[in-house]
Amino acid sequence: MSEMAAHGAHEAHAHPPGFAHQFEDVAQQKEAGTLGMWAFLVTEILFFGGMFTAYIIYRSLHLAGFITGSHLLEVKFGAINTAVLICSSLTMALAIRSAQTGKGRGQIIWWLVLTMILGAMFLGFKFTFEWRHDYLEHIVPGAYFGFENRPEWGANAPYVQMFMCFYFFMTGLHAIHMIVGLGILTVLVVMTARNKFSSEYYNPLEISGLYWHFVDIVWIFLFPLLYLIGGLYKR
Amino acid sequence: MALAWAAIPFQPPSASSISEGVDQLYYLLTGITLFFTVLVFSIIFYFMVKYRRKSPDQVAAETHTSMVLELAWTIIPSLICVVLFVWASALYVRNSRPPASSTEIFVIGKQWMWHLQHPEGPREINELHVPVGVPVKLTMTSQDVIHDFYIPAFRVKKDALPGRYTSLWFEPTETGTFHLYCAQYCGTNHALMIGWVYVMSPKDYANWLAGGEKTESMSQQGERLFTQYGCSGCHVADGSGRAPSLAGLYGKPEKLASGETRVVDEALIHQAITIPNSVHVPGRQAIMPTYQGQLDEEQILQLIAYVKSLGSQERNGK
Amino acid sequence: MSTAIAEIHEGPAESSVNYLNANYGIKSWLLTTDHKRIGLLYLGVITFMFLIGGTAATIMRLHLVEPQGALLEPETYNKLFSTHGIVMVFFFLVPSIPATLGNFLIPMMIGARDVAFPRLNLMSWYIFVTGCLFALAAILSGGVDTGWTFYPPYSSIYSHTPVVVMALGIFIAGFSSILTGLNFVVTIHKMRAPGMTWFRLPLFIWALYATSIIFILGTPVIAITLFLLGLETLLHVGIFDPAIGGDPLLFQHMFWFYSHPAVYIMILPSMGVVSELITAFSRKKIFGYSFVAFSSLAIAVISFIVWGHHMFVTGQSIYAGLVFSVLSFLVAIPSAVKVFNWTATLYKGSISYEAPMLYALGFIGLFTIGGLTGLFLAALATDVHLNGTYFVVAHFHYIMVGGALMGYLGGIHFWWPKITGRLYPDMWARIAAGLVFVGFNLTFFPQFVVGYMGMPRRYAVYPAEFQVLNVMSSAGASVLAVGYLIPLVYLTWSMRYGPPAGRNPWGAKGLEWTTPSPPPTENFEEPPIVTEEAYNYPTAGAVHV
Repeated sequence: MSEMAAHGAHEAHAHPPGFAHQFEDVAQQKEAGTLGMWAFLVTEILFFGGMFTAYIIYRSLHLAGFITGSHLLEVKFGAINTAVLICSSLTMALAIRSAQTGKGRGQIIWWLVLTMILGAMFLGFKFTFEWRHDYLEHIVPGAYFGFENRPEWGANAPYVQMFMCFYFFMTGLHAIHMIVGLGILTVLVVMTARNKFSSEYYNPLEISGLYWHFVDIVWIFLFPLLYLIGGLYKR
Repeated sequence: MALAWAAIPFQPPSASSISEGVDQLYYLLTGITLFFTVLVFSIIFYFMVKYRRKSPDQVAAETHTSMVLELAWTIIPSLICVVLFVWASALYVRNSRPPASSTEIFVIGKQWMWHLQHPEGPREINELHVPVGVPVKLTMTSQDVIHDFYIPAFRVKKDALPGRYTSLWFEPTETGTFHLYCAQYCGTNHALMIGWVYVMSPKDYANWLAGGEKTESMSQQGERLFTQYGCSGCHVADGSGRAPSLAGLYGKPEKLASGETRVVDEALIHQAITIPNSVHVPGRQAIMPTYQGQLDEEQILQLIAYVKSLGSQERNGK
Repeated sequence: MSTAIAEIHEGPAESSVNYLNANYGIKSWLLTTDHKRIGLLYLGVITFMFLIGGTAATIMRLHLVEPQGALLEPETYNKLFSTHGIVMVFFFLVPSIPATLGNFLIPMMIGARDVAFPRLNLMSWYIFVTGCLFALAAILSGGVDTGWTFYPPYSSIYSHTPVVVMALGIFIAGFSSILTGLNFVVTIHKMRAPGMTWFRLPLFIWALYATSIIFILGTPVIAITLFLLGLETLLHVGIFDPAIGGDPLLFQHMFWFYSHPAVYIMILPSMGVVSELITAFSRKKIFGYSFVAFSSLAIAVISFIVWGHHMFVTGQSIYAGLVFSVLSFLVAIPSAVKVFNWTATLYKGSISYEAPMLYALGFIGLFTIGGLTGLFLAALATDVHLNGTYFVVAHFHYIMVGGALMGYLGGIHFWWPKITGRLYPDMWARIAAGLVFVGFNLTFFPQFVVGYMGMPRRYAVYPAEFQVLNVMSSAGASVLAVGYLIPLVYLTWSMRYGPPAGRNPWGAKGLEWTTPSPPPTENFEEPPIVTEEAYNYPTAGAVHV
């Protein structure tokens, strides 16, 4: 992420406030930051990818159980959350655009805060509506998983629980990344308020935007995989 | 010839039909390793002596990269690797197919012992008696964690996994007593999960089988379990019960209610007993109860032997 | 001639301020963003972890002199070999060269002031220390007995040891690897000095670049694998437990998808060091620069598609076995190319035998043996017999100890004068290198034999016919241990009492040798401009090969 080392005992530079002195110039810093974020996102693809691969393997082996599991989820909440996240990516992009076009920190902060609100809404819907509902319905995997209440699951029951395992692991990991994203946005708001950005240097905003969009894209894969596979099959 | 090889120290006895082949490949690999090791060591040593620095300011002579050399020492090792790969793979593929006339013996690994059962009934713990010159196929599973069945003298090894069946085969070529090990770490007494393979002459083996306690064969034990656990109540032999008849079923491809077609083998029968409604057939209700936890792996193998006996008119029924 | 060599040795007069004495006090070290200090912080921690892993190995070898075990209950032995493997792989070998020598040297070798993200670098160290603390907590509360491979269902259901704590330690340390790899990739791409084109980079940089690619792509997969295993162990739900429909082999696939490339994380940096040592101590440019550079990349790429060779006896399909076997043979070729190029570099060189060169030459010999014995395991028919035996143990120790560790020691000795500004006593260093070489072979060569004879690995007790070879191995281990302890003594001694090293005590080429020893905090008095190829040693006229 961006570096803001303190100035050494150098003569005054014509460098913007965010400049880090291990670099030769701002352009190098911007390129390094951008490459660093893309490299980090590659690691995140491999990280989520491991779980996606395991999910795909088990789904192909135990389709019936996974469909039953998928039907336990409420598609409407997933859809609302998807819309919320897509909007948040829009507001994030608008924040960056504001910086790019030199609109002043007020506007940038406004879009960043809106992004945070939408992100918090996503998490709020997930935790209070979906997960709480799952807990009350006894479909959280573990000791209290409601096998006895669902004789219709039959022999697929272990795979329904396995689907719910994947559901909680994958959306949980995603939620952790969202929370980290909210933290990053907070830092960005503070940095903007302290006038660290200008139309010449707003790279931290841009690469944080990359992170935010990535987390959004992960959700866009999760939503169909978890919520929608049941839709093609009869309940 | 085989006896002469067996006398070479530092190798296990060569006691199966494949062990000589594996050993030949091993010697080839050792030869290649020795050759290149000696080559590299001696060239380095030679250069070390010949080009040692004789005065503090001595510089190197100029040399140029040689494309010929680079290609040579890329292509030659590649060709050697191709030869090794083809040789080893051919041996492996040939060694992985048990002959059709194999005797089947069943193995269950559990912490920390091997349970073996002959189809005729006798059971063994950490010991395996087999006749010389007869191919034997071991069908294996584990009751708990992953184990690995290893007989160095036969050069065979295969994991025993919980929840599935694996198999290996061998044909002993010498009588004698040979080590049997567990070769996949499985907990505290992994090193104690060892035993012996006794290869006997056919006559001695027949005596051994007949001697000892009179036991039922595996399929007889399976038949007893079939009645004891109520299977015969639904799986009536003439097909009039709630569940399909199992006569002649083993080895046939069956279309399941999920749409896929699977051959009725040990794995499918195991799945049908432990997670029944995942493999039910069209036209029947998915109402079979599961026996997971009620039957252990040995009993499931006995039931499988019984099912095989119902459909094996063409085979030597056991 | 003499001026050419002398010019490399001497340089402008030294200033007395360097990165070691620029600031004093513990805060200046714990809050440093100087890549050189961070390299030393890592050096301290991984040396400590090495001593823990080494102690475990020493006790194991002492126990194994008796077939029925001389010292320990099986459960304790199982915990020791697990601790040895986990600590040595995840907390010593994986970080060793990258985090210590890599951190110290990469900016210097490319002519930069620091890495791209210095604060991230410091954070990586703290993350690594946190991982170590979790691992130590697991060890102190009894240790795990799952092997470093953690196969379920044993590790998730049957083992009653602190698996989750240990897995968490490895998970956390993994993030340190990822961030280090990321830092290195960006640094090498974006911060090279003017004139330092890709093909003028020292081969150490190429090796670390390839290693960093593996860090970035592979480590997240072990992270998610251990994450899933931890959840399964903790919550008793999951995807690897066959009793609830899971597949224990899926764990193995996911585990080895990282852990095979991980072994190349362990060897590639060492190969980079060897390239530096061979050239410096023959005073000659490397033979086949681009071949060595590209073979590093080839190894990194191919390493990701061979993982199945750890699973040839799991009952996977024959076709999977064939594919993984041919690819495993393929990955051997670039390593062979390197060995031949290093050997050819010696031809018509001006060779001297200081300790770093002894370690480099030892590396080439032992790595050749280790690599060739890998072919026995890539070959399907022989792997069936050898998998799970001491043959495998010997193979990987030849590579990781005879190879990686010797390269690490050679590098530490080579750059020690630059890092500390002091020379160590070379006679003791050569004695230690000799002891390591002899002790190593005595320890591990018998293990090839006993493995082929059929002795399985991870055995706390064993049949009596294997005793002679085991005693030989244990005897060798004691020699090896002495060989490792001696450098601790003289290197520590040299930090206070060693003679000053000067800029370039070895007369080696490379930007790091143009700065004072120890270097100033910003590395170079003036930013360098590169005008020559790597290893551009003066030569005595042209000779055709």
